[in-house]
Amino acid sequence: MSAVLNTLPGAAKPPAPPAAAPARRGELPAVSNVLEPAWVRRVLIGVALAFLTLFLFVPLVAVFAEAFKKGWQAYVAAVIDPDAVSAIKLTLIAAFISVPLNLVFGVCAAWSIAKFEFRGKSILLTLIDLPFSVSPVISGLIYVLMFGAQGWFGPWLQAHDIKILFAVPGIVLATVFITFPFVARELIPLMQAQGSEEEEAALVLGASGWSTFWRVTLPNIKWGLLYGVILCNARAMGEFGAVSVVSGHIRGETNTMPLQVEILYNEYNFAAAFAVASLLALLALVTLAIKSFIEWRLHETDPVEAEARNLEH
Amino acid sequence: MSSPVQSKAPPYRVMPGFGLSLGFTIFYLALIVLIPLSAVFLKTFTMTWEAFWGAVTSDRVMASYRLSFGASLIAASINVVFGGIVAWVLVRYNFPGKRIVDALVDLPFALPTAVAGITLTALYSSNGWIGRYLEVIGLKVAFTPLGVVIALTFIGLPFVVRTVQPVLEDAERELEEAAASLGASSWQTFSKVVFPSVMPALLTGFALAFARATGEYGSVIFIAGNMPMVSEITPLFIITKLEQYDYAGATAIAVVMLLVSFALLLTINLLQAWTRKRTGKK
Repeated sequence: MSAVLNTLPGAAKPPAPPAAAPARRGELPAVSNVLEPAWVRRVLIGVALAFLTLFLFVPLVAVFAEAFKKGWQAYVAAVIDPDAVSAIKLTLIAAFISVPLNLVFGVCAAWSIAKFEFRGKSILLTLIDLPFSVSPVISGLIYVLMFGAQGWFGPWLQAHDIKILFAVPGIVLATVFITFPFVARELIPLMQAQGSEEEEAALVLGASGWSTFWRVTLPNIKWGLLYGVILCNARAMGEFGAVSVVSGHIRGETNTMPLQVEILYNEYNFAAAFAVASLLALLALVTLAIKSFIEWRLHETDPVEAEARNLEH
Repeated sequence: MSSPVQSKAPPYRVMPGFGLSLGFTIFYLALIVLIPLSAVFLKTFTMTWEAFWGAVTSDRVMASYRLSFGASLIAASINVVFGGIVAWVLVRYNFPGKRIVDALVDLPFALPTAVAGITLTALYSSNGWIGRYLEVIGLKVAFTPLGVVIALTFIGLPFVVRTVQPVLEDAERELEEAAASLGASSWQTFSKVVFPSVMPALLTGFALAFARATGEYGSVIFIAGNMPMVSEITPLFIITKLEQYDYAGATAIAVVMLLVSFALLLTINLLQAWTRKRTGKK
């Protein structure tokens, strides 16, 4: 911790030796002292690109090729089909609820973990990461065990005619669980690297806690926050396994976009399945573009933040 | 530098909001994660030991463990080799389109698993872009265990690349130059200088890819064919049990998978601590 505090931006920061500065990803200086022979280099680049082509680029192209196989009109018809539209709406609803919830949680968790010292911090960090290591199927199962007909609250919910499982609340809950760590994970290393000196200065000068947060902390973490939100949103909209367990697959009611893809595919309606899938693939591409843009910005403007990201990965 | 008075008064006393932020964090964590997860364990306590053991060791479940863990192991190994090469190439060499390639490495993170699943199935089925050529040489991928390996390789790729990449970026090239100038061949430089420094990161990436693969569902079920005893993964078996309203059976298998996940999480944390020690980061 204390070593991190010493690297805060500001006058006290010792000039970093050029060799230690984090290299900008993708813009390394051309290596003049490459030790391996040129043919090794070419073979390695060839192998890497061949592997990525086979496993990444071809599938990406295939999504759109399959989606437009039956022409533009079939594509549009599949996308504006009422069941597809209702799936798109439900996906948006789930993301609009779960992302802000996990955003607030992420900021709270990062504030308490980065700004304070307390016992059990590493356990708390591990617990926050827990949803990432749980199979999506199990993430759905836990809510079945709680709210299902045989579950803990099942009889009570039935008596009061409240539907959670096989309804929108269950889908939202599963999505919240799956995307739980995203924002917190981004913010914790970032805020730890930034330290608290700027906030302390604001507080000493008489700012209230809230205005310190809004005017000092938030501007400092805005890119990291956006980064976390983007990844959180992509996962929230794309989650399949967990949502599949709790949704009940009621057409036009509890189907999200990934579930709609599955249903169409299982009905051998491939063109329509890939049309809906192509919207999700587009979302993935937009997510990657924004993510790369933020990474590029961080490396341009703030070596501390960039360093925090390196530490985290 | 700092006076003894300052070091005795820790800075955190000045900061407000400790109770509120930590309180909310723990409340939300308990509500969303801990209480629901504990339901899995509490549910299994309602089973007798014999019933539990029977549920988690039936022939069909054992076959699904073999497939899930075996395919995950193979996929993670493929990713260590090729992901390692991709990371190396992205850090050390320049080539046209490198930034786009670098950004697209994260595609498996961003692409919804169901989309990946149907796309890989379409590619590797017997009339697909890739499958039709593999069929000529007698290789069937879709609807076989091989398809499971393909899907899990796709899913795990970014874990290895993104774990190894920062370590390679920070590697001190002076050491390699020193080795070379002292007469080491490029293979010796690689095996004695470079490889030991990235080895912990490679292992971490392997463990991350493996952990993700064991629980993966969406990308696998389309390409696997889901034949009992042959190409049925463990997460799918949980779903099958749930659809038969065998909640106890589903939960028992979930407990086994959770325990494996926790063991992997622990391993990953230890590996990451080792990586940090090796690379000298705090």
